[in-house]
Amino acid sequence: MSISSGEPWQSAALLLLVGAGCLLAISGVPGLLLSWRSIWGSRIATALVVAGSLLGLAGGSLAVGGHGGAVIGFPSPMPGFRAGLGADALSGFFSLPVFLVGGLGALYGASYWRPRSHPRNGRRLRLCYGLLLASLTFITLARDGMAFLVAWEVMALTNFLLVTTDDEDPAVGRAGWLYLLYSHVTILCLFALFLLERQLSGDFALGVIPAAAPQSLRTAIFVLALVAFGIKAGAMPLHSWLPAAHASAPSHVSALMSGVVIKMGIYGLVRMCGLLASPPLAWGITLLAMGSLSAFFGVVFALGQHDLKRLLAYHSIENIGIILLGLGLALVGRSAGRPDWVMLGLAGCLLHVWNHALFKSLLFFGAGSVAHATGTRDLERTGGLARRMPATAGLFLLGSIAICGLPPLNGFVSELFVYLGLVRAAVTPGSAWAALPAPVLAATGALAVACFVKVFGITFLGTARSSAARDAHESPPLMLAPMAVLAVVCAVLGVAPGLAAPALERAAAAWAGQPPGGLSLAGLAPLSWISTTAAALLAAAALATAAVLPACRRGRRRAPALPTWDCGYAAASPRLQYTASSFAQLITSHFAWVLRPKVHAPRIEQLFPAPSHFDSHAEDLVLDSLLLPASRGATQVSARMRALPQGQLQRYILYILAVLVPLLIWAMAGESAGR
Amino acid sequence: MWAVIAHAAVLALLPPLLGGVVTRTKALFAGRRGPGVWQPYFDLVKLLRKGVALSATTTWVFVLAPVLAVVTAVMAGLLVPLGSFAPPVAFAGDFVLFAYLFALGRFFTAAAALDTGSPFEGMGAAREVGFAWLTEPALFFAFLALARLSGSLSLAGMLRATEGAWLQRTAPLVLTAAGVFIVLLAECSRMPVDDPTTHLELTMIHEVMVLDHSGPLLGLVEYGAAVKLFVLDALLLHVMAPTARVTGWPGLALFVLGLLAVAVGIGVVESTMARLRLLHVPTLLIAAVLSCGFAFLLLSR
Repeated sequence: MSISSGEPWQSAALLLLVGAGCLLAISGVPGLLLSWRSIWGSRIATALVVAGSLLGLAGGSLAVGGHGGAVIGFPSPMPGFRAGLGADALSGFFSLPVFLVGGLGALYGASYWRPRSHPRNGRRLRLCYGLLLASLTFITLARDGMAFLVAWEVMALTNFLLVTTDDEDPAVGRAGWLYLLYSHVTILCLFALFLLERQLSGDFALGVIPAAAPQSLRTAIFVLALVAFGIKAGAMPLHSWLPAAHASAPSHVSALMSGVVIKMGIYGLVRMCGLLASPPLAWGITLLAMGSLSAFFGVVFALGQHDLKRLLAYHSIENIGIILLGLGLALVGRSAGRPDWVMLGLAGCLLHVWNHALFKSLLFFGAGSVAHATGTRDLERTGGLARRMPATAGLFLLGSIAICGLPPLNGFVSELFVYLGLVRAAVTPGSAWAALPAPVLAATGALAVACFVKVFGITFLGTARSSAARDAHESPPLMLAPMAVLAVVCAVLGVAPGLAAPALERAAAAWAGQPPGGLSLAGLAPLSWISTTAAALLAAAALATAAVLPACRRGRRRAPALPTWDCGYAAASPRLQYTASSFAQLITSHFAWVLRPKVHAPRIEQLFPAPSHFDSHAEDLVLDSLLLPASRGATQVSARMRALPQGQLQRYILYILAVLVPLLIWAMAGESAGR
Repeated sequence: MWAVIAHAAVLALLPPLLGGVVTRTKALFAGRRGPGVWQPYFDLVKLLRKGVALSATTTWVFVLAPVLAVVTAVMAGLLVPLGSFAPPVAFAGDFVLFAYLFALGRFFTAAAALDTGSPFEGMGAAREVGFAWLTEPALFFAFLALARLSGSLSLAGMLRATEGAWLQRTAPLVLTAAGVFIVLLAECSRMPVDDPTTHLELTMIHEVMVLDHSGPLLGLVEYGAAVKLFVLDALLLHVMAPTARVTGWPGLALFVLGLLAVAVGIGVVESTMARLRLLHVPTLLIAAVLSCGFAFLLLSR
């Protein structure tokens, strides 16, 4: 074994990370030797995961602080192969959420998945959980194709076993197999990718692929990376495995999957894009298009859901879209020779990776608490939970504001970076087309607000829609504490984004293969203004609330049992409230062509209709239409062409715009490539 | 220093007057005398002195919503220049903060509506968020067009884009102004989108969301709505006219007159148009998106 490194503390970072990975890998093993009844299996596993996570957090922080990074070479287990591990700023950046969310998830899971209530699968769950965390650590550390593939396969398999924890339910089994199928498409693509890379560079080590290599091979590598890592990240249209898998896993595993595991797809894509020197403009445009598609339709599909965890899973697709927008902008900037676009795009991409890990796991923990308290994930059966579970409600609200990208929380900061990069492109002569994702992102943001008003309002506000929601109970402190930690980190990153700036700069420098200190984020983005306005917003809201609170208290004391104004209909009941589906209906009706809602509505034929039943749910478009025979698809397309002319002037103008925009992109892309 | 104080004073004191002018214009069109233009101030004072009646269903979200409606609108107002003076807050990318502050206010207003458990208020909240997703891209297309015109990344710089550009770039500016005007009508719940004076809960958008707010909370809601109208009015005026041509205090006075003139214009539109059917509102908003989108396309060469 050989260690090569510039500075001693960089090898310390690598050793800490490797140690953390080993500790996490064995965390579930002691439990196997104990009886399933014993509480100690769970306790030991949790303690080991927490210890490993703390080690890893220390190592990751050290790695983010350094540059270049240490590399360990292992003697070859097979002739011709060399396994290398290394930790540069990018590895450190992506490993930090693994340890934070992984450690907090283990704490949450200790209460959420008690050995007593889950005798059959508790030990398997803890073993796989630790192994999954270890494999994630080693994916970020891998410095050659073989080590990467081994870690990737361990991740895919342990994740499959975690998704199917509850495998008595046939729906869970289906979700698991779909996941496994997609995982293996990923791994096949990765095999091809690393073989191609070996063709170009001579070995499996992850090194820079020079621009002198044949363009067709480089494009093939990019496309393979896009498909393989796009599937893992859940980017549209490769996302079909994701919603079912995330909804089926236990909530702390869902949090880990949504917050961290899918980010390994982003890590792979970021790493490979960094290694491919001087990318053509088309790659960046592809990523921008894919990001816009994922972001917009991710949230549209989310609006169509009324299963809380499925809805959150679709929001992961949306956020992956925002992350891809950042990466696409960075690639476009690299092609166009604009370091400021690279910095802002990559900063937005990377910071959103952290942010999404934080608020999405917070929301999944919250969803787990709701499911734990009410026994259902169906939004239509909840309501009024803020009274029964005030702490969960407050924390969930914080996560909702953060995921909508609203100030003063962290989601706003990363979206602002992406917007800034896009508008910088807009004001540059000849590259206005690159700013077109900005309005898409704006619509996405507004739809996310709609979706989270729905989630938070229907679940936690109003009155209970079922007896289960009426009798809900607050979660134990061990489930609330991890959520509180995540909420605090969200708030800190939102109010003081300057704290993350050095890490972002170093990771961006590591990505671009430049020495750090080249570009400062503070010079491009208004970091101090973000802090000032966030603090002002919080202070003004606190002052104004303090001003009206006495009057509200007096009102409450004077008349404690006032009803809601019922507009003259004096028999209001909880069933009259707006539901999740009716709330979203105005928007989802615009998107019936992509959501394809299945509606079972009663036919009313008599004057006094009998009690009846209505339900509607949206299915996944890509999954279902892949199964359609090609001929039927063709018939449908031609039938739909007939529906295009409908005599509405606005529609025709929309069609004109839809044609003009791609033409414009094409014309201008040709122009800037020619220059 | 004086400019900042003047900005704060105008932002704090003028907004209710705009609502009064709109109401008065509508009254004159209807052949009535109508309430005086200062009536909104009297209403606010009256509401602030009243007690609060809170439904037993509501939680702290219900109280937080009016507070945030005011705070976010006022903060957005600090980003928009008045007259030729620079705004108190301006930085690269502040236009995102501008749009997202209103989104934060909308989040809480809609959540507070659901907090009451009333089906009518839920309906209003669904409509509010159901239309906003079309106004946001229109607004961002407008920002992109203005950024393209001015080369600036901050709202203050973008809104100076009209300086000297009116004659050369008339078409994109007219398209942008038309789009922003529709956004203003929709965001401030004005006539073709929403009728602020209707009496039927089923047809309302904004008013139905705040049915349960009372006393000082209702006062905050009304004041927040007035500030929002003021801020969007100022935004529109900057797009419509070269507002920094007359500098200093006369410029500010002229700007205030311009704001009042736009308010009269809103009153005229409200008096002469019928409210659209709810299902047709998205069509109008798509027209706003297209208008601003075409402005950007025209400017992108």
